[in-house]
Amino acid sequence: MSNALVTDKRPSTLRAASLPKWTPYAIAAGSLALGIGISAAADLHSKIQWGLIAAILFVLGTYGIAARVEGRRQAKDRVATSLVWVAFLVALIPLVSLVWVTISRGVKVLNVYFLTHSMGVVADSEPGGGIYHAIIGSLEQVGLATLIGAPIGVMTAIYLVEYGRGRLASAVTFFVDVMTGIPSIVAGLFILSLMLIFKMQPFGFAGSLALAILMMPVVVRSTEEMLKLVPNELREASLALGVPKWRTILKVVLPTSIGGITTGIMLAIARIAGETAPVLLLVFGNPFINNNPFEGAQASLPLYIYQQYSQSAGANAAYDRAWAASLTLIAFVMILNLVARGIARWKAPKAGR
Amino acid sequence: MAKRIDVSGLTAYYGSHKAIEDISMTVEPRSVTAFIGPSGCGKSTFLRTLNRMHEVTPGGRVEGKVLLDDEDLYGAGVDPVSVRREVGMVFQRPNPFPTMSIFENVAAGLRLNGSYKKAQLNDIVEKSLKGANLWNEVKDRLNKPGSGLSGGQQQRLCIARAIAVEPKVLLMDEPCSALDPISTLAIEDLIGELKERFTIVIVTHNMQQAARVSDRTAFFNLAAVGQPGRLIEIDDTERIFSNPSVQATEDYISGRFG
Repeated sequence: MSNALVTDKRPSTLRAASLPKWTPYAIAAGSLALGIGISAAADLHSKIQWGLIAAILFVLGTYGIAARVEGRRQAKDRVATSLVWVAFLVALIPLVSLVWVTISRGVKVLNVYFLTHSMGVVADSEPGGGIYHAIIGSLEQVGLATLIGAPIGVMTAIYLVEYGRGRLASAVTFFVDVMTGIPSIVAGLFILSLMLIFKMQPFGFAGSLALAILMMPVVVRSTEEMLKLVPNELREASLALGVPKWRTILKVVLPTSIGGITTGIMLAIARIAGETAPVLLLVFGNPFINNNPFEGAQASLPLYIYQQYSQSAGANAAYDRAWAASLTLIAFVMILNLVARGIARWKAPKAGR
Repeated sequence: MAKRIDVSGLTAYYGSHKAIEDISMTVEPRSVTAFIGPSGCGKSTFLRTLNRMHEVTPGGRVEGKVLLDDEDLYGAGVDPVSVRREVGMVFQRPNPFPTMSIFENVAAGLRLNGSYKKAQLNDIVEKSLKGANLWNEVKDRLNKPGSGLSGGQQQRLCIARAIAVEPKVLLMDEPCSALDPISTLAIEDLIGELKERFTIVIVTHNMQQAARVSDRTAFFNLAAVGQPGRLIEIDDTERIFSNPSVQATEDYISGRFG
């Protein structure tokens, strides 16, 4: 009897005092209030300073309170968690503010008229006009660049993973690495020099060539990683059935990794869709609708945004059009990403019963 | 149908490393031959030289002769792809193609090699799945992905896939090592049935399994770590497990190894 009583009073080694679940939120709210209070009292104007003070208070407060109640080890754990949260929020701020500003300023003139008309008869400083010509240009240039860049990139990756041995393979890998680092303006200048040699005028396809140069290394890299993820056992299983190597690659390796490869290509398209420099050099820009990418200057969305800013002498109408075009470009890239995710999910190897 | 294998003076390398040295043996048609021996002694490497899968590994090369009914697999002008159509293989881990359904998995070897009529394919797939004792379990879900089956079923699916192309010889590289005892029993029964039609070579770490399923057993060993593996002896399974002619074999089988 007495023995049992003693046992009951002994502190458990497995249990310890712990803070309730809502503690982090309470500390966050408290430090935010305190941060605003201190900043207002000290007459600080910058909202960034307010936020920083609140963040520091949050981390310190978490450590202090947790150390008192739960002990030092748990306190360190909570500080690590709160640092991750603070870093996440700091990273989120520019993204949210960019999306917010683009949407709020872009929707002003974004409507069907804007999407279906060109700038042909509208002066840059006047309201009206649209981006139809730039959308056509962007779609054609990026589409042609993808038609060139994606197959070459995928086939290079297949060579590197499935066939490449020895010097040639390491040379290809090296040059792909170098190409990844080529600034877009340099790719543009390279094609421009060819254009000058052959005495050609700016046209859309020249821009596509430069964009394809930028796209290829990105596609090679991502496709390579995806092909490496395909288990070797699948290749051996296919070879052991007496299937030739090229059919094994075509019918077993590629279908298994097609989801990841598509995602990689879509991300590469998203990257080149926003390129301005090569388009500026090679396609030149054109306020009129030009459906033919092989002859005459064209427009494109990033170039349109740049020109609305730089050539409008501060007219508000031009600024609004630039924001609306930016919103269209972001939406275009986002739709591409969603499509890529959809394809990746649809094509992913199924494990269902 | 089944063919006989004659190996003489076979040596296999990985780059400059000699993995197995000077192996000679005969594998009789319509029989089960088991390879036993410690890990790293070259059983699997030797098995893979029998359908030219060894050279798929970077740096893999082979010296010596492997005769399949008097035709040298390593002779001039022999296409490894046609060799693998004659000599099929089942791997240690079940590896159905993840993008294909059960039906497509079994039909893969035929479909990837040429065009077949749908009815013809249906017949072959049904025959192969029945041959692998899997038909009754999957006949209602042939269009479901093969990766949804259990491990034992997946391995039988892989066996069905291998026998669908009608090989003359079937190589099995530890086909039961990833499976539970019940699935193992199912596959051992299957091996007993398949030997009526095929020449079967099986690598196993399980000596009871070798004793249960095989007609002849080959014991491999290596002199020391880093040395190439060698064939110590090959004889009727009964003799190997009761009265082997080499001391090392008896030590290994009775657990007094080393």
